Amino acid sequence: MNRHALNACNDAPPAAGLADPTRRAFLKTSAVAGGGLLIALSLPSCGRGPRGLAGGPDVPVQPNAWLRIDTDGSIVFLSGRSEMGQGVYTALPTIIAEELEVPVELIRVEAAPAGDLYTNELLGVQVTGASTSVREAWEKLRRAGAEARIRLTQAAADEWGVEAATLRAENGAIISADGESLTYGQLASAAAALPVPEKVPLKPADEFTQIGKDRRRLDTPAKVDGSAGFGIDIRLPGMLYGALAQSSVLGGQVASFDAAVAEGMSGVRQVVQTTNGVVVLADTWWQAKQARDALPIEWSPGANANLDNAAIRARLKNALETRAAEAQVAREDGDADAALSRARRRIEAIYELPLLAHATLEPQNCTAQFVDGDVHVYVPTQVQQSAQAAAAAAAGLPPERAHVHTTFLGGGFGRRLESDFVPDAVEAARAAGAPVKLLWSREDDTTHDYYRPPAYDRCTAGFGPDGSLVAWKFEICSPSITSRWAPAVLESMIDPFAIEAAANYPYDVPNVHVAYLQEEIGINVGYWRSVSHATNCFVAESFMDELAHVAGRDPYEFRRALLERQPESRWLGVLERAAERAGWGKAAASRHQGIALMEGYGTYMAQVAEIEMRGGKAIVHKVVCAADCGQMINPSIVTAQIQSGIIFGLSAALWGEITLEGGRVVQQNYDTFRILRMNEVPEIDVMLVDSDAEPGGMGEPSTALVAPAVANALFAATGQRLRSLPLERHGYA
Amino acid sequence: MVTLKVNGQSYEADVEPDTPLLWVLRDTLGLTGTKYGCGQSLCGACTVHLNGQPIRSCQTPVRVVGESEITTVEGLSGDRSHPVQRGWIEVDVPQCGYCQSGQMMSAAALLARSPNPSDADIDSAMSGNLCRCGTYHRIRAAIHRAAEIARSTAGSAS
Repeated sequence: MNRHALNACNDAPPAAGLADPTRRAFLKTSAVAGGGLLIALSLPSCGRGPRGLAGGPDVPVQPNAWLRIDTDGSIVFLSGRSEMGQGVYTALPTIIAEELEVPVELIRVEAAPAGDLYTNELLGVQVTGASTSVREAWEKLRRAGAEARIRLTQAAADEWGVEAATLRAENGAIISADGESLTYGQLASAAAALPVPEKVPLKPADEFTQIGKDRRRLDTPAKVDGSAGFGIDIRLPGMLYGALAQSSVLGGQVASFDAAVAEGMSGVRQVVQTTNGVVVLADTWWQAKQARDALPIEWSPGANANLDNAAIRARLKNALETRAAEAQVAREDGDADAALSRARRRIEAIYELPLLAHATLEPQNCTAQFVDGDVHVYVPTQVQQSAQAAAAAAAGLPPERAHVHTTFLGGGFGRRLESDFVPDAVEAARAAGAPVKLLWSREDDTTHDYYRPPAYDRCTAGFGPDGSLVAWKFEICSPSITSRWAPAVLESMIDPFAIEAAANYPYDVPNVHVAYLQEEIGINVGYWRSVSHATNCFVAESFMDELAHVAGRDPYEFRRALLERQPESRWLGVLERAAERAGWGKAAASRHQGIALMEGYGTYMAQVAEIEMRGGKAIVHKVVCAADCGQMINPSIVTAQIQSGIIFGLSAALWGEITLEGGRVVQQNYDTFRILRMNEVPEIDVMLVDSDAEPGGMGEPSTALVAPAVANALFAATGQRLRSLPLERHGYA
Repeated sequence: MVTLKVNGQSYEADVEPDTPLLWVLRDTLGLTGTKYGCGQSLCGACTVHLNGQPIRSCQTPVRVVGESEITTVEGLSGDRSHPVQRGWIEVDVPQCGYCQSGQMMSAAALLARSPNPSDADIDSAMSGNLCRCGTYHRIRAAIHRAAEIARSTAGSAS
């Protein structure tokens, strides 16, 4: 067995397109204990070897690696990104497989632990979000695959005493000119002893055999037989089940409670006060929940006891009316105010967006276990290092003694960028001296979310004497998620997650002003699928529709004319394709169309919604979506994500609203926080643009366009302009 | 103590008789393929078969189950060969996958009573199963495919 360690810190060129050059990825390699090839990508801190093995000597997993080839031929991709439905457990190994020259189906995917090696270079921490997974991995994983293939090829060349150039890699083996072959497993140990290649050329797009092709997801088999392990499914020996009582007034604290009532109930083992409330531990979750519901608790409601939607709206409105001058400027072209003062016609509108819940179908949960003084958490998380920090803090341990085991996520959508469900599990496990699975009920989940921020925005536009649009002013007023989630980011820039689909206003208008005014509302807000794209795209594309109407122009032609100066643009490309595919302007007499356009996450998208009014309600029959997301890894997954986002966004557009009364969330379950059912979904027609441009993100953008497309269709049908959502609030759903 | 017949096996479970079947399956018997989503029969993630009929196990007290045959997703087949599982794999339905056990149990029950369902039949039978990822279009396609698979399998068997 080859036991040498090869921890060369190689100054390979950094991957292109990284956001922060101080966090560039460097290729690092080492041998696997017991032989085999390990390809890792690490930060440039030479001399820091792989950290301790997570599972002990009989578990041959090297934690700090992306790709491992064992001597038995198994190929493991350790995914630093979480699989929450968006397909990263298929797309990311496909990227590596392309250069490694193995069918992706031969690669086994495992969840990586928490660690700097898995830092998402586009966001600066290990995180699955902002539709970055493929974009961030695109260069990095191709290089990793290519580097491994080059070294395996050289190992075979050395074995046969031939030039590497005479060999080819195919199907997980190196093949000689005369047909001999050695498998990657046979070559892995020898390859590990070779230096990292100086040059790692990557395939041009026209040589791709896996990237860009429809292939079935690798996680599908486990998801059709009940074996896929979600957080809720963790079972550990001696494990207790926990139900958490939290203050129904958001931000309230426990004043006192009478544990005896719960302790006397069937199956109950212990009652523990924790960070977020009181945990009842029992032999089954049902018992824990029954006792939790019976437990008398006095709460100190705190500052939000009188908070309701009217108060939140008043706070945002007041901020915009009195402090607009303090808004941070996200974009300034020309002088919008001057142009507005000279404008022949000036249009102004206020738009409002509601709070929204994520409503992942798997409620929040975390399982905690102490082993030899270290804490292990089994958790569906989008942000491993945050979960690690939360677990460590709750356990009173340094972070390296908190081990994160990422499960499948039963939906993420941004909710699992928070780790609020971690501390209580850890604290309860420590108090009980036993593993604890803490599970929130659906009602707990709906009423204790980090809600999508509400917004109170003002749009102002001016037309010149010749009827052309001369000024566009978009003032956004909403709480900042980033100010809580990553406050350091705001020291050097305006909140990038508040001005999406606003600062990149595409239309050819000489004076553009986009500004963001932060106003907090007293409760935590969180990243919700497509984040500010969803709010800002609704506002911008609805207001564009208003302007088209004022100008007496067709909404599609109005937009198109304002993009004509950039005839090769991807904006125009998707707008025209969507309109053509939808038969813009040719809908049946009872049908009405609305259009919306957006770029987000490097993906260009246009949607046309087609609705019919029936009994005063809008029936959404069809949504056409044209998408140009650059190079696709797996078009089948891209299509699925577009459908998914449209359905997600349409649920919110029709019915989505969280309301507060006395600081308490009114909605409890799926009857009052509705999401679309199969009999309610429109036909969705997806049109993908062939492209070998840099990949764009696909998990989120389609969510954002459907609300303005539907609202614009509603205007076409009724003449009623919706300046707030959901449609239900206006009686249209 | 209750005795349950699940996926052809007999189990003894020391649980309170009003415990929902869902939690007996998941926490007592360790059959975690059946999921908890809402606890109120609103989402369908907990769907299992009781004598072949789809039921919401989150709202079914274990005492009413009696001698009935319970089938969970683990009991559809031992090798993912049930037509619904094959249809789901061919169409590549799941995204996050959390709701899919319940979706497949509803679909399997539909196909058992309606071997050649229309889109309207499918929408009607499946409207109690929520999917937050929005896989509905593929579910519909997969049910049609499963129906074809079931018919061809029946044909080749006869």
